[in-house]
Amino acid sequence: MKTTVSRRTFIKGGLAGTVAATVLQEKKSQAATFEGYPDGMGVLVDLTRCVGCRSCEAACNEEQKLPQPEKPFDDFSVFDEMLHGQKRRTDETRYTIVNRYDVPGQEHPLFKKVQCNHCQEPACLTSCFVNAYTKTPEGAVIYNANVCVGCRTCMIACPFYIPTFKYSSSFSPRIMKCIFCYDTRLKEGRPPACVEACPQEALTFGKRNKLIEIGRQRIRETPDKYEDHIYGEHEVGGTAWMYLSSVPFDQVGFDTHVPKEPILNSVKDFLSIVPMVLTIWPALFAGFHLLATRKDWLKNKNEDTHEEE
Amino acid sequence: MRIRKKLLRTTLALAIGSVLLWPQPGNAMEAADAPETVEINSLSRLYNGVDFNHAMHTEIAACVQCHHHTTGGEVSDTNCLRCHAKSGEANTVSCQECHSSDRFSKEDLSKRDNPSLYHIDKPGLKGAYHLNCVGCHQQTGGPTGCQDCHTMTEAGEKMFQTGQHAPTETTGGEHGGH
Repeated sequence: MKTTVSRRTFIKGGLAGTVAATVLQEKKSQAATFEGYPDGMGVLVDLTRCVGCRSCEAACNEEQKLPQPEKPFDDFSVFDEMLHGQKRRTDETRYTIVNRYDVPGQEHPLFKKVQCNHCQEPACLTSCFVNAYTKTPEGAVIYNANVCVGCRTCMIACPFYIPTFKYSSSFSPRIMKCIFCYDTRLKEGRPPACVEACPQEALTFGKRNKLIEIGRQRIRETPDKYEDHIYGEHEVGGTAWMYLSSVPFDQVGFDTHVPKEPILNSVKDFLSIVPMVLTIWPALFAGFHLLATRKDWLKNKNEDTHEEE
Repeated sequence: MRIRKKLLRTTLALAIGSVLLWPQPGNAMEAADAPETVEINSLSRLYNGVDFNHAMHTEIAACVQCHHHTTGGEVSDTNCLRCHAKSGEANTVSCQECHSSDRFSKEDLSKRDNPSLYHIDKPGLKGAYHLNCVGCHQQTGGPTGCQDCHTMTEAGEKMFQTGQHAPTETTGGEHGGH
């Protein structure tokens, strides 16, 4: 019997299917807008309050059982440390650090605490293909070392350069980053160790929604003291850790060019093609292969029947 | 006559006396009545307590600068004045009566969930002490170093990995050289 599907119609159909799948996928992804868990916790960091005592760093090191530092936590010479022209960064030995900024026109230097900002829609989580990251309803972005394959895509995806790789144990891959003290504290409703240690209450722990209210109140009541902006309220779709500052945020080491929507939004068009590639392409190319080898197959078949005769 | 005169004098004396004794708004509580020193040690774990020289501080700062409206004096912060312009002397002037020593505990956070509460941002006890003291010390040139006011305890040295717990050449520094 003669086939009713020609090579041309088969290819046309395949391509049409691909296009249809892409269009349908896009419609689905547009509908997904996640505004974060309603009772998610967060921390408001007030740069006007921080005095750079490094208590948070010490408390974090103790709580997370991180390795001993090079210098004691009451050694303030670390603020002058520069590596490759950059101020100190979080790494496999420290989940949080405080950096000093001497801003012209300010009576006192400003200090900025750096740690994972625990995004509402984390880029590390979306980029991870083994689902090693989880955003918990409590607000923490936690990490599961058991499934991690050590690809380090999360390190590239993070807009704040937070996840770091434990190069000292590359064969059992392990990403090191602040986990909001999830296992030991947040899960039970307690504040992270750094917040508890802060003498100046520069770190305010609470429900993220409440923190925005508090931040607004501080700005409203002392408008001369603050920039009229809460960094992290909208940045990258919102973060659980947010900041208040007395100077423009770009002067104290903040990236003010990050998008105001989740990083996911800039890549989801591409990501939506991935399932299509995985499902339609194998069938499509298998079809091509079968069509291309059909003549040989028929020839073989004919030869077989001839031989039988 | 004599009785009348005596009565008049007594009345006058009583009147003057009562005026003098009557609490004045503005300086209801006298600095002289305040304690000489206050031992601040309810939170001491990493650092030893502070023997706060209250008498000395009353000479360099007004009551309201630390005690807000609670001593009955008039506060200068316009945000406070909205409600506390005439609220008078409070039942207590002690820091820890208003500033929670278990800030950020579940109980503390749920109390602040009350939608009619204005003071949602009231610092805890530790925050209140430090914000008040360090804030003023920065402006007036007072001591601002941690150990200028309170010495570190053994537990503190352990957490800060300093003193006898300081990293040595052999123990510290995963990736030395900078």
